[in-house]
Amino acid sequence: MTPQLDLDEAMVRTARRLAGRAGQPIVDIAQRHTTVSVERAVLRLAGLRGGDADGTPWVNRLLDAVRADVGIENGVALPVWHALARGAAGDLEELAHKAAIGEVRFEVPTGRELVSARSGARRAVRTGLRRVDARRRERDRLVRRWGDPPTKPWIYLIVATGDIYEDIPQAVAAAREGADVIAVIRSTGQSLLDYVPEGATREGFAGTYATQENFRLMRAALDEASAELGRYVRLTNYASGLCMPEIAALAGLERLDMMLNDSMYGILFRDINPIRTFVDQRFSRQVHARAGIIINTGEDNYLTTADAVEAAHTVTVSQLLNEYFAKEAGLADWQLGLGHAFEINPDLPESFRLELAHALLARTLFPDAPLKWMPPTRHMTGDVFKGYLLDGFFNLVGALTGQGILLVGMMTEAVVTPWLSDRDLALQNVRYVMQAAGGLTEDFRPPPDGFIARRARQVLGESIELLERIVDHEHGLLEAIADGTFGLMKRPADRGRGLDGVAVKAAGYFNPATEVLDRSALTARTGAPGPRAS
Amino acid sequence: MSGARIVRPYGDTTGDGMVQLSFTLPVPHDKVAEGAAVQLANKMGIDPALVAHAKAMGPDFTFFVVYGPVHHLVDLDQVRVVERDYPLLSPKEANLAIRGLLARRLVVVGGCIGTDAHTVGIDAILNIKGFAGEKGLEYYREIRVVNLGAQVSVPELVARARDERADAVLVSQVVTQRDAHLLNTKEMSAAFREAFPADRRPLLIVGGPRFDEAQAADLGVDRVFTRGATPADVASYLVDAIGRRMGAQRAGSTPTEAST
Repeated sequence: MTPQLDLDEAMVRTARRLAGRAGQPIVDIAQRHTTVSVERAVLRLAGLRGGDADGTPWVNRLLDAVRADVGIENGVALPVWHALARGAAGDLEELAHKAAIGEVRFEVPTGRELVSARSGARRAVRTGLRRVDARRRERDRLVRRWGDPPTKPWIYLIVATGDIYEDIPQAVAAAREGADVIAVIRSTGQSLLDYVPEGATREGFAGTYATQENFRLMRAALDEASAELGRYVRLTNYASGLCMPEIAALAGLERLDMMLNDSMYGILFRDINPIRTFVDQRFSRQVHARAGIIINTGEDNYLTTADAVEAAHTVTVSQLLNEYFAKEAGLADWQLGLGHAFEINPDLPESFRLELAHALLARTLFPDAPLKWMPPTRHMTGDVFKGYLLDGFFNLVGALTGQGILLVGMMTEAVVTPWLSDRDLALQNVRYVMQAAGGLTEDFRPPPDGFIARRARQVLGESIELLERIVDHEHGLLEAIADGTFGLMKRPADRGRGLDGVAVKAAGYFNPATEVLDRSALTARTGAPGPRAS
Repeated sequence: MSGARIVRPYGDTTGDGMVQLSFTLPVPHDKVAEGAAVQLANKMGIDPALVAHAKAMGPDFTFFVVYGPVHHLVDLDQVRVVERDYPLLSPKEANLAIRGLLARRLVVVGGCIGTDAHTVGIDAILNIKGFAGEKGLEYYREIRVVNLGAQVSVPELVARARDERADAVLVSQVVTQRDAHLLNTKEMSAAFREAFPADRRPLLIVGGPRFDEAQAADLGVDRVFTRGATPADVASYLVDAIGRRMGAQRAGSTPTEAST
């Protein structure tokens, strides 16, 4: 049973309506633009893989050649499949090779040639999308065979060695110790690469590169572990940064189960251009929707830079915006791992009650979403004993408020990357709390006029005020982001990384993937039966 | 306790030397494993060693908590640390000193370099909100703060430092895997040395929880701040260092004026 707060229904409706009003202009902007990464994702869905001797992916080489000749305003598909139709190369990869050495000149076809380029592109991309669909059915089958984790929240553990061949035994060990979800942290800095590295990688900083081959290797290892353990162990990676659409496509192709995918994280914390982010975001979410992937949003990050009490409402606002953008892209409630975190200063009086209030607010606002509950990091000081206690209280909030996904806190946060023993102790902590107090939700009914309920109403009220200010901004959400409304970072819309990879779509823009994905998003939004598992 | 310059760890009795220790051995949990833990603790100087807790972590590892006395003595006279070698100033005193020294605002450019996205440290020092109840450098009227935030490239940092005519550059590094914090800092200091003549180069200050304060020279920076440093520490250091640098420049470049 999920605990609920008594919230004023009208206030909740107002908050959602305002989030929609703030988000709609962003969706319009996203629809008017395309990006190099969206176009490369189209090539990936059409089956183009691998890279040249320097490790530059063929999708980058081919896209760059097309872009140099005709730009990306019409989409990459028309010039590429037009070139194939007129026999410039036998297949996509050969075309990329030739384009890389300047042997092909690209042009945007018209008339009958346009029609045939379109149908060639549609055929090729449909093959990739069919593979994504097949992978989704495969997941459904495996979940039926091996089962979901017996209890909630799902236990989420991180591996981050930098070397995929070290990650694999660590991930398998973590699964054996009780992890339901394994996240492979990406190498620091991958979000700023404008290409997806190739192959199995062994060198990363504070994490392992997200590559198609690394995805495949890890998923295969976890499939073996799942069979052994009799429960389906989910795999998480990151669809964020400059290559978010491509990584989403690779995740769909390799049956990843969850992806970190926040609507504003890249803008605020990576200084990626806002328009680039929102365009890439929409495409990647459409892919996730289709692939049956659960997204995890990154609201916890705001609280690592802003005060967790003063900025509590920015988390709620971001959750509402993430929900709006997610639904618009066709994601269903069960796919929304909206984030929030236990980051209030423990020296503050009533800090635990405040945490409970914030977590219950999220739970009540999004009753059908598998909320992702993130452990303390900011006030983990290196005093591992105090840290262990804080993590216990964090787990208790998770148990009391029915969180869906619980990222396991490490007492050595801020000291070392987790040791084997840290993980073991952390899991003991989670298990103790869940066994001792997992059923406490049944007895936990905060009184409607008590501290917790009042605090939750206050945060919701502040969220509505902030959304009103965003909607009233001359340029809405973009202006609010530029002002430093979220996480105190100021990010103007005409600055940031990756801006030169954004183009306004021409009238004849064609994208065989978006064509299909827009349709499935519409189906999902309007409630008609889509390609959705339950 | 006056005059006691030789100490031992303290459990519950002076001189008992008691310590606690936890570690993992890559062996299955059995009697041999516990014996192995005792052997390790003995070799570390803990004798007798009490294995208070041993737990299997999967089939191949065992976790131990060990208690026992160490016989080592600590001679406090032999301890070498970097003590604060500048007077600690209040914001008001720092403002006054800057006005006296520069007759303009002191310019600080800060950010997290490389791929580090953890702005907690730099924000604690720079943002007006500050840290541990102490206001950040933005609060100082005579300090102009340019906070570039996360993931600033070194060339970008050098360019902004030049454009803003920075007196000091503050860099925060939290991510330490594979010594990224050390490599990034060395790259940064080398770039500043290349881009500025020695007497024009801004003061280079690096901070983060995993730095060693004695590393400044190795890293090519003027000062390292580590865990627990507050905005007042940084401001006081800046006032002192800039004062000394101006003194040295006056003495060095125009010796005839040094007496005035």
